[in-house]
Amino acid sequence: MVEHGDIRVVRRGGSKINFRQPVITNDSRLLLCASGHSVKVFSTSTEECVHELRGHTDLVTGVVVKPSNHLQAYSCSLDGTIRLWDFTDGILIKTYDIGYSIYSIHTSAFHKGVVFTVTSTISDKKSESFQLVAVHLPQSGDQLVKAPELSAVISDVSSNPGAIVFGRGGEYIASANGLHLEVFFFKKQKTYRFFLKKDTKTGGKNTFMCVAAHPKDDCIATGHEDGKIRLWRNFNHQKEYTYSTLHWHSNAVSSMCFTPEGTNLLSGGVESVLVQWRYNDVSQRDFLPRLGAAITHIAVSPDGALSCTSHSDNKITIIQGIKVSAVLQGLVTGESVETDLMVDPRSKALVLNGKPGHLQFYSLKRDKLLYNLDIVQQEYIHELGLQQFKVVKVAFDASGNWMATVEERKQKDAEQELNLKLWAFDEQTQSFVLNTTVADPHESRITAMCFCQAAASQTTMLISASEDGHFKAWQLRRLAPDDGPSCLCDFVGAYRGLVPHCCCFSADGSLLAVSFQEVVTVWSPASWELLATLSQPPKAIRNLCFGRLSCSKYLLGTTDDHLLCCWNLLTCSLEWSTSMDISLLLGDPLTENIAAFCCHAGSTDLFVFKPSEPRPVFSLKAVCSGKVTHAVFAPREEMLESCEESSQWLNHSQLYFLTQCMDLMTFTTKAEEEKLMASSKQLLIDDSVAMTPFYLLLGKHRKGESGAAASGESAGRPPLPQGSGAVKELLRTPAHVLPSTSFLCSMFVKSLLVSVGDASEESKPAEEEMESEKEEEDSEGDMESSASRPERGSLARRSAEPAAPPLTKAQLRELRRVKKLDHSWLTGLLRS
Amino acid sequence: QVKHPVISLRFVFIFIVQMGEFKVHRVRFFDYMPSAIRAMVFSTRTERLALARADGALEIFNFSDNYFQEKVMYGPRRVAVEALCWVGPRLFSAGLNGEITEYDLENLRPRYTVEAYGGPIWTISVNSQGTLLAVGCEDGTVKMFEVLKERIQFQRNLDRQKGRIISLSWHPSGTLIAAGMMDMIRIFDAETGRATHRLLVDRGAGASKSKEVVVWSIAFLSDHTIISSDSAGKVQIWDGLNGTLIRTHLITKWDVLALSVSQDESSLVAGTSEGTVVQFQFISSTVDRLDKDWVRTRTFKNHSHDVRALAHTETAVVSGGMDTQLVVRPLLDKVEKNTRESAMRKVSFPHRSLVCCAKKAGLLLFQFPDHLELWRLGESDGYGKLGGSLPVKRGPEKLIQLKRKGEDHICCSALSPCGGWLAYSTVTSFRLYRLQNGSISICKVSKLPKDLLPAHQLCFSTNSSKLFASSSNSSVVVVALNELECKYLGTLKAKYGCRQPVHQLSASDNGKWLATANTDCEVHVYNLDKLKLHCTVPVYGSCPTAMAIHPTTSNLVVVHADQQIFEYSLVKKEYTEWSRRLQKQGLHSMWLERDTPITHVTFNPKNPAHIIVHDMFMFCIIDKSLPLPEAKNVLYNQMALRSLPEPDRVLHSHGFKICKDFQHLLCVSLLEDHSLVVVERPLLDIVSQLPAPVRQKKFAT
Repeated sequence: MVEHGDIRVVRRGGSKINFRQPVITNDSRLLLCASGHSVKVFSTSTEECVHELRGHTDLVTGVVVKPSNHLQAYSCSLDGTIRLWDFTDGILIKTYDIGYSIYSIHTSAFHKGVVFTVTSTISDKKSESFQLVAVHLPQSGDQLVKAPELSAVISDVSSNPGAIVFGRGGEYIASANGLHLEVFFFKKQKTYRFFLKKDTKTGGKNTFMCVAAHPKDDCIATGHEDGKIRLWRNFNHQKEYTYSTLHWHSNAVSSMCFTPEGTNLLSGGVESVLVQWRYNDVSQRDFLPRLGAAITHIAVSPDGALSCTSHSDNKITIIQGIKVSAVLQGLVTGESVETDLMVDPRSKALVLNGKPGHLQFYSLKRDKLLYNLDIVQQEYIHELGLQQFKVVKVAFDASGNWMATVEERKQKDAEQELNLKLWAFDEQTQSFVLNTTVADPHESRITAMCFCQAAASQTTMLISASEDGHFKAWQLRRLAPDDGPSCLCDFVGAYRGLVPHCCCFSADGSLLAVSFQEVVTVWSPASWELLATLSQPPKAIRNLCFGRLSCSKYLLGTTDDHLLCCWNLLTCSLEWSTSMDISLLLGDPLTENIAAFCCHAGSTDLFVFKPSEPRPVFSLKAVCSGKVTHAVFAPREEMLESCEESSQWLNHSQLYFLTQCMDLMTFTTKAEEEKLMASSKQLLIDDSVAMTPFYLLLGKHRKGESGAAASGESAGRPPLPQGSGAVKELLRTPAHVLPSTSFLCSMFVKSLLVSVGDASEESKPAEEEMESEKEEEDSEGDMESSASRPERGSLARRSAEPAAPPLTKAQLRELRRVKKLDHSWLTGLLRS
Repeated sequence: QVKHPVISLRFVFIFIVQMGEFKVHRVRFFDYMPSAIRAMVFSTRTERLALARADGALEIFNFSDNYFQEKVMYGPRRVAVEALCWVGPRLFSAGLNGEITEYDLENLRPRYTVEAYGGPIWTISVNSQGTLLAVGCEDGTVKMFEVLKERIQFQRNLDRQKGRIISLSWHPSGTLIAAGMMDMIRIFDAETGRATHRLLVDRGAGASKSKEVVVWSIAFLSDHTIISSDSAGKVQIWDGLNGTLIRTHLITKWDVLALSVSQDESSLVAGTSEGTVVQFQFISSTVDRLDKDWVRTRTFKNHSHDVRALAHTETAVVSGGMDTQLVVRPLLDKVEKNTRESAMRKVSFPHRSLVCCAKKAGLLLFQFPDHLELWRLGESDGYGKLGGSLPVKRGPEKLIQLKRKGEDHICCSALSPCGGWLAYSTVTSFRLYRLQNGSISICKVSKLPKDLLPAHQLCFSTNSSKLFASSSNSSVVVVALNELECKYLGTLKAKYGCRQPVHQLSASDNGKWLATANTDCEVHVYNLDKLKLHCTVPVYGSCPTAMAIHPTTSNLVVVHADQQIFEYSLVKKEYTEWSRRLQKQGLHSMWLERDTPITHVTFNPKNPAHIIVHDMFMFCIIDKSLPLPEAKNVLYNQMALRSLPEPDRVLHSHGFKICKDFQHLLCVSLLEDHSLVVVERPLLDIVSQLPAPVRQKKFAT
């Protein structure tokens, strides 16, 4: 077996967007959130993903806007780096290498050039204690910078980023962990610690959950496990500190946030209600109820116009005032997926459990939730220990016209409730409509369910196997000529009173294999005749899978004693078997490939093989830790044309799987990755500009420019014609300070013209000299105010053209001149 | 060694339980019901809290001496005291009868009463100089009284307003006075008597819009801030100079009845009808700025009913209300943690005995404010197993219910050990009754000596031949009783100049000694043969709460409010060996941390080494022959001790046999026939008799 280096496991689509607190940018137009290995930039108005900032090689654990420049953002990751991004353009500006895994990041305007990160204590990793570390970011022009200057600020902090907060412009930092609150004043370099008792007499649980600090007053709000909020004041005294208690939440307060003016405090918890407390009159509260799922994070935009809440069902709700204005929904994985991963044949969407009682249809290509289908059709009541109806099985027929679902509820001391529902696809509404409900289709739990996948077959047949020892075949029939078809039981099969565990149709629908513990029975669905029994004692069959296309004569099964067997159905004999602990066996519906996830020593290995060939097509060790129990082959919309043998199996479809921590992972080839990176680079040139006629003009021009720049680079020509700078400035300058449009128009058009010859080029420096004298006079005053802007601009430019030679002095000067806040560029423009 | 068994079987009224060496009468038929707290005022100078109850009783607690209830007084008639006021060491009260009363704290009676002629008085307030008393009347006048040395004198009226004056507060300078009224607050110039400002208070929202809002309480701070609390549930902060509203804190849906400001004006508490006490603190909003603001901080919920009265001492919030309990809640930022001071205290029962037990006759006398009840204990002749309950042959029986004569409260009562005599005293009169034929017949003894004045404490000698009554100036009147007459024998007086009332009397079994204790912490022992002072026990700094003379050894055992125990030999006139040993080693810290005082001391005649003491939560048999508890060990009670493994039990056993099987004790006494009487009054029974509290929305109901 050969390891294939060019195929690796990545998160693509469906990653958590509720992992960390989202950030709303200063202009409230964009929302940044950590999502898997990247940072996603969403538009707050259209809910679309504007950019995906890729670059981190591990989980991103925090995003913050750079306090000194509100157009840039830091992100930190478990890979030990902090990256600085220009998020409007999606450009990576700098990478700071810290060297330790970073669990969260905090910044304040008070500390320039310093970010605060939470890292694991270096001494012993077993006890998992964390410390807050100040990282001095070195000022350097390089792309990749090492940041060696670390200094510990607070030891023993919580890894939850919501438990650390800067107060009042960064004068102090508050950190809560377990049962103590620690406040560190930077000016006095003094720490105050406050402790609470574990439990109160009245049954309150005092563990700190989250912290928020008032932006103007010295007031810290802490949320507790029993739903109380404490407002701490006077905490610069070890003894005379005081707090008041607010109590509305019935369960733990998971997140809190003050509005930027400090007039309101927002809090949320498992109740999925956003509570708005008036800071000055805490008896007045406003509520935003029915947000759908438990609130995990709350963030408010710096101008206070928007607030957003993250929810446990991988959703971000954007709230304007006290009304929901937009919802960003990611893939809902929850704590467990009862249904297997499925692909809807019609929409090619991934189908699995979503909200309680719902199925979600998630488009993997667009990384977007298409819709939720309410299966249970009952009100969901959140209560601890209350048993709800759960959707446990889903099956689609080959055309995607029919869907079958099984829901069950097991209450204490009550009988199992089972419902089998059949859904028909409605062309008009483009959604599934309930066709038939079969109450109690079986007397016990349903263990397996499958549709006959044969495309040619006229009738739609569904098989359900249950713990009651029977399997049933359900057929769709028209009862009356003008009625729609409905579902009827066609056949009940059993074998020696054994419990059926798996069922599987062959590709052409002519054979049905049902495993009864250690025996595999093969039936003919046409006549319901038991054709053959195959058995491989002594252990029960775990998975069953027919081979496809050229291998359709094979039936594969795995057993509990780690055996993979392959039967030849023509001879009804065991073709081969091998010893492997296979947790999941999955056939690609488009090729003859079969994927086997093999659990070995705490991690999972993947083997892809053809039943007819002894050698695996592909194998990858240690795909992820833990057992993989859910995976699916998702057909690609356009085929990959990979000629490499090892990656050919990915040409037709993509393999997605769920890890034990409910992360959706997939396999990608190098070629595919390169393609993706290329496309993302293309994107980042145009995206900062709104779609206006202006943009159309400019967009074309830019393309030309970039082409010219590319050619100019090789020729060693200065790549910046004056016009582009002018245009940029034109776009950047606020509209109210610009001269009238008629005045600008001619200039603007002129600037777009390609300059003729070098004559003007030569005349320019002379003018510049003249200009610069005048400029020097007023530059003193202006330099400070605009200090940050040229730096940013040059950085952006440099990263955009990493290969460009360093700018000459004259160019730099010119650049600075163009960037000036005064409008001297106008005169320059006029003369040219 | 005494073993304490477990109780298993219960009867409705009486529990006779075999208890080690004792048969226990478990008495639960004393329906003692404390009265609601109406007003309280704390004097920082004397560290004493005066408290008025709804039935007209006044209690004085000494906060410097473990919150001991020093004195209990009753007003002249059964009228509710609405407001209290300390002027230096003098205590004034005003009530809805329209009178101002000053109290004689030495003789525990009203000194004089002044009619204000303004209808019912709602409030009384003194200026910080202690020269002027202002009272707020129903007719809308604020009346000023000048405080003279021996009395008070009406000075003048301030401008009369429409509507009643509910609350008053002086500005510390004494030039301004703020009055809370219906729907408004008025500020008066105290010199001219003119109203300078009129602050309108908002009414409640919704349906209560049409109802007048009552400004229940008001506080005028030295920076001219006025704080008011009203019936709409608001605490409002006003600028008293400009007459503008600064902040409104809505803290309840119901009334905010009481306010109290700390001495340094940095903290403020408000009591609500929901039973909560809300604290506000004067805090600067940011660390380095000086402008401060009143911020609502803590909420204490120690009451089930209205908090009617509040006092903010330097270290604690004292609150009381309809649920009759006095709660002292220390502010943890002002006291050291985990000390005696930082523990919360609840005073539910009076710190003196309301039960008198006739040891020979097996009778119990229960004292209520307006009547007395005489009960005969039940009997049982069976033998049960240890810890079980015995069959009752004859149940307890209520023999007599004796209603008081006149309007005055009964302030003390006594029953002779033989059950033949019964005496009680009110503020104005003294009565003695003869009980005969097993207490079926009762007749009043009409011819009483003239010297027998109304008493503060009564006591019969063991052979029932003498009656001792403590009267004014710390003196005790001795009266001889026999079938035909009662004769005045003499007055016992300690020394000249001692004026505090005697609150404890104890006669020795042999009839030779009488010990008295007064609230000046002095304990005197008199020789009854000579009717002369025998000796004075060295004065200890804490007030004696209970004492008794040992029947055989004639040792006087005194228990003090700070839980210290002394044994004093009357023969040798010195502390006994055991007492010295106890003082040397010191009492166990867990013993000292108990928060209710010992209210009764008695002895076991069979075993002279046993002293039986009890407080509200436990009774304890102190075996002097056993070693004292070690400070490093935990002070286990008997129940906990039994659950320990055998070797530990030996290690932890000590001379203090504490029994917590009976709870909320009012009396533990040992009868002649060697059975123990335990009078219980469970607090839950008291709570169940209280009126319904205001309705509150509970979460998930």
